Amino acid sequence: MFSLIAPLFQRLYDETGLNFIIFYDRYEYDRFVSGIAISLQLIFWSILLSLVIGVLGAWVQTSRSRLLRGVVNGYIQLFRNTPPLIQLLFFYFGLGAFTPQVDMGGYYEPLISSFAWAILSLGIFGGAFNVEIFRSGIEAVPKSTAEAAESLCFSRWQTYAYITLPLAFRISLPALTNNLVSLAKTTSLAYVISVPEMTYTLNQVWSDNINVPEMMLVLFLFYVIIVSLIAAGLHWLEKRLALPGYGR
Amino acid sequence: MPLVEVHDVHKSFGDLEVLKGVSFDVRQGEVVCIIGPSGSGKSTLIRCINGLNNIQQGSIKVEGQEVNDPNLNLLELRKKVGIVFQQYNLFPHKTALENVMMAPVKVLKEPKKEVEERARALIAKVRLGGKEDVYPGHLSGGQQQRVAIARSLAMRPDVMLFDEVTAALDPETVKEVLLTIKELAAEGMTCILVTHEMGFAREVADHVYFTDRGVIVEHGPPEELFTRAKDERTQRFLSQVV
Repeated sequence: MFSLIAPLFQRLYDETGLNFIIFYDRYEYDRFVSGIAISLQLIFWSILLSLVIGVLGAWVQTSRSRLLRGVVNGYIQLFRNTPPLIQLLFFYFGLGAFTPQVDMGGYYEPLISSFAWAILSLGIFGGAFNVEIFRSGIEAVPKSTAEAAESLCFSRWQTYAYITLPLAFRISLPALTNNLVSLAKTTSLAYVISVPEMTYTLNQVWSDNINVPEMMLVLFLFYVIIVSLIAAGLHWLEKRLALPGYGR
Repeated sequence: MPLVEVHDVHKSFGDLEVLKGVSFDVRQGEVVCIIGPSGSGKSTLIRCINGLNNIQQGSIKVEGQEVNDPNLNLLELRKKVGIVFQQYNLFPHKTALENVMMAPVKVLKEPKKEVEERARALIAKVRLGGKEDVYPGHLSGGQQQRVAIARSLAMRPDVMLFDEVTAALDPETVKEVLLTIKELAAEGMTCILVTHEMGFAREVADHVYFTDRGVIVEHGPPEELFTRAKDERTQRFLSQVV
C-alpha cells in the first residue's frame, strides 16, 4: 500500500508544496497507521463498554430497589451534566494519581494506562446516555408482552434478556445510533491525556513538519469516513431488525 | 380433589376492592365460564390463579398447592397453568414457530428437536399449518390468538385460562378461535374462560359463574343459568347481552 501511494504524494509535494508526509515518508506513515489502529480500538472498546453499562443500568432502573435506582440516577446525572473533556482529565489526572504504579524493571508505569483511562472514561460517559436510551426503549415495550413471558415461566432476568431487551433495543436503535456516533467522535478528546490516537498522532506530525492544513484535512476526512461507516452499519442493523409487519 | 380451588378470595387495587370473597372449584377436565359485566373482576380473578395478580385474603390452590404462599415456586405453578390473553401478546420479533418453541427450549431446557416437533404439531392443531415461519405482524388477530393458544399448550399445562380471548377480534375470526378452544375442551383439557361469548359459554361450559361487583352472584350448569336465572341482576345482564 505504502509503496503504491508514496511516489504519488512525493510528486505532489515536490510540484505543489502540499505536504502529505504521512503518505510518502515511511516513519510518518507508520505513525499514521498506528494512530488509525489506536483510534479504532478506542472507538470499539468505548462503544462496547458504554453498551454494557447501558444494558445493565437500564435493567437496574427497572429494579424494585430504590437505592439501586438512586445510584444509577446519580451516575447518569453526574456524567450527563459534566463535559467529557473534564471527565477525561478528572479520571486521568484526578483518579490516576491514586492508582498504583507498577515496577517495569527500573522505571515505573501506572497500572492503568492513559489508553485504558480513556476507554473507561468515554465508556462511562457514553453509558450514562445509553442507560436513558435503553430505559425509554424498555418503557415502550408493552407490559403485557413481558407479562406473557412471565406467564410462560420466564424468570425476571429471562424475560429481560429474551423479550424486553431485544424489543427495547429495536425501539432504541435510532437514538442509540445518535449517541454512538457522538461517542465515536468524542474519542478524539483522548488527545488531551496523550492517548496516541488519530488526533494526537496527526498533531505530532504537523508539529514536526509544519503542515497543519494538510493534516487537518486528513483528520477531518478520517472522522467523516469512520463515523459514516459506523452510522451506516447501525442503519443497516436498524433495517435488518425491523419488526416484520410493524411500522415501515 | 378439585384441580383448582378458589376460596373466599379478596383482592384490592389500592382502595378499590375488586374481588370481595369469591369461591369456586374446578374439577379435572371441566370447562368453566365466568361471565358478567365489565369491571366485575372476572379478569382479575383468573389472573390471580396463575399468580399474575396476588390476593390479599383467601386461598387459591392449584393441584393442592397454595398460589398465595410466599414460598411458592411461581415457575412450577405457571408450568401447570397456561393463560391466553385478550391482546394475544405474542413476541413480535419471533416467528409463530419460535413463539411456540421459546418457553420449552429456553425455560424448561427441553431438547430443541423434540420441542420443534411438538410445536409444529400444535401449530397444525390450531389450523395454522404453513404459517410456522410467519411473524405475528403478518398474521390476523385470530391467527395470532391461535398461535398464543399453541404457545401456552407447548408448556403442557394441566389447566388453561382464557381471558376474554375473542374480545379484540373481528367477528369473522372469533369463530376460528372458539373452535380451537372447543376442540381443546373436547379433548379433556381443564379450561377456565372469562368470556362475553354467551352462545359459546352455553355450548361448551360445564358450569357457568355470573359475577358482578366482585362477587359471584349466581352459578350453575349453562342450561339452568341461561334459561332459569334466579337473581334479578343475572336476569338483567343476560337480557342485555343474549
